[in-house]
Amino acid sequence: MTAPFPSHKQEEWRYADLDALKPVWEQFAEPLTVTVGAGEELEEIWLPVAGEVQLRRVQLALGSGAKARIFALNNAPVYGRIELEVSLGEGAEFELFGANIGAGLSTNEIVATVKHLGAGGRSRQVIRSVLGGKGVGSYLGRIEVAHGAQKTDAEQSVKAMLLDRGATANCKPELEIFADDVKCAHGATVGELDPMQLFYAESRGMDPATARAVLLEGFVMGLWDSASHPDAICDAAREALRRLV
Amino acid sequence: MLDIANLHATVADKPILNGVSLHVPAGEIHAIMGPNGSGKSTLAYVLAGRPGYEVTEGSASFEGQDLLAMEPHERAAAGLFLGFQYPVEIPGISYLQFLRESLNAQRRSRGDAQLSGGEFIKLAREQAGLLGMDAEMLKRPVNVGFSGGEKKRAEMVQMGIMQPKFAVLDETDSGLDIDALKAVGAGINRIMRASGKGALLITHYQRLLDYVEPDRVHVLSRGEIVRSGGPELARELESEGYAEAAA
Repeated sequence: MTAPFPSHKQEEWRYADLDALKPVWEQFAEPLTVTVGAGEELEEIWLPVAGEVQLRRVQLALGSGAKARIFALNNAPVYGRIELEVSLGEGAEFELFGANIGAGLSTNEIVATVKHLGAGGRSRQVIRSVLGGKGVGSYLGRIEVAHGAQKTDAEQSVKAMLLDRGATANCKPELEIFADDVKCAHGATVGELDPMQLFYAESRGMDPATARAVLLEGFVMGLWDSASHPDAICDAAREALRRLV
Repeated sequence: MLDIANLHATVADKPILNGVSLHVPAGEIHAIMGPNGSGKSTLAYVLAGRPGYEVTEGSASFEGQDLLAMEPHERAAAGLFLGFQYPVEIPGISYLQFLRESLNAQRRSRGDAQLSGGEFIKLAREQAGLLGMDAEMLKRPVNVGFSGGEKKRAEMVQMGIMQPKFAVLDETDSGLDIDALKAVGAGINRIMRASGKGALLITHYQRLLDYVEPDRVHVLSRGEIVRSGGPELARELESEGYAEAAA
């Protein structure tokens, strides 16, 4: 049975490009379920795939002491959505390093719900968006800390860089906490390239487009530092940035 | 080599340079000294093309080309190098990548072959070694976590890698201890003392000039050059102060 088609009234679909989604909804209606057993580890790199609309819906269940680390690049030409629902058992660790890179009229969004069910879990989400043209990049991140999930440590760091006046960044961290001894940190910034850094790079010989690309690379590439095999995602991100400037 | 005539410039509509004229022939190193606020750094930025520094009158040419009509990166490709008074930090980009991109961009616009990663690393190591800088530091993000002295040394390593024809060095000596000052002075002599090259050292103090003997010394005051002389002028300024010398 196909899940009902979403609407903008649902918070987690608020910024979605539903017109683009409609024709392909049936193939994506059900999220993929991934389970990482107690004490096991998972590392995944999610690269953009072919197609104007790219949707990835994943439900990730982490058993006690399990660890998962996701590196994701969202760079669809029309609509890209990375949707994650993660549940963490006792002492589990989850890390998401994600980038939205978009231009033209594209919408790219990362929507994550992280549920801390057991005590002592750690989650860390680092999101960087680089948006040009009339591109929209969003991060909606909900953290739920269940009753009894004491000593939870959750962090969300979201930064966006807007290259053109028409570009939009949305960031919405949300916390729902039912335990009293937890740490939930979040920070969000939206900015433009630093003019002094640009001048420094240009004074060394980089033309303005190269200087912008190099500075943006610095902004995004730090995301992949801890990946075991970062080459493919680095190359894809670099290519996406070069197309943008 | 560098010809500046009656140069006027404003920053945020405020006049800072009020008719600077200066001629630096190839093979010479000149020093510009002057009190705080006299326009020294503005002159350096105008020559390098920093946005927001508006030339309202006058001209500046470099090897016969109109410098003021060129973009900052075109000036670099033509062989002009600005040593920054406050080198800029760029998180996320290693020095090696930053400099390789820069050098290859210059080489592209001059029609020279690109340097491979291996060739570039060899060059960077060699230049870091000559300046007494640990080459491992070049793997770190540009100037992030560098001390003031390390930043200035790194500027000289950049200059060694770029091998410019003309260097404008804006207070490269400030923030340096004696050993670093010697190393930087030796670097300037090694890289810029040559028949087809030239440099403009902007400084407050005589002490850098003990290591790099200038051919001419100019005093900038209120946006104009008020005195010029030989190396002895710098020593005179040091003992008498700017108020006397510029009077």
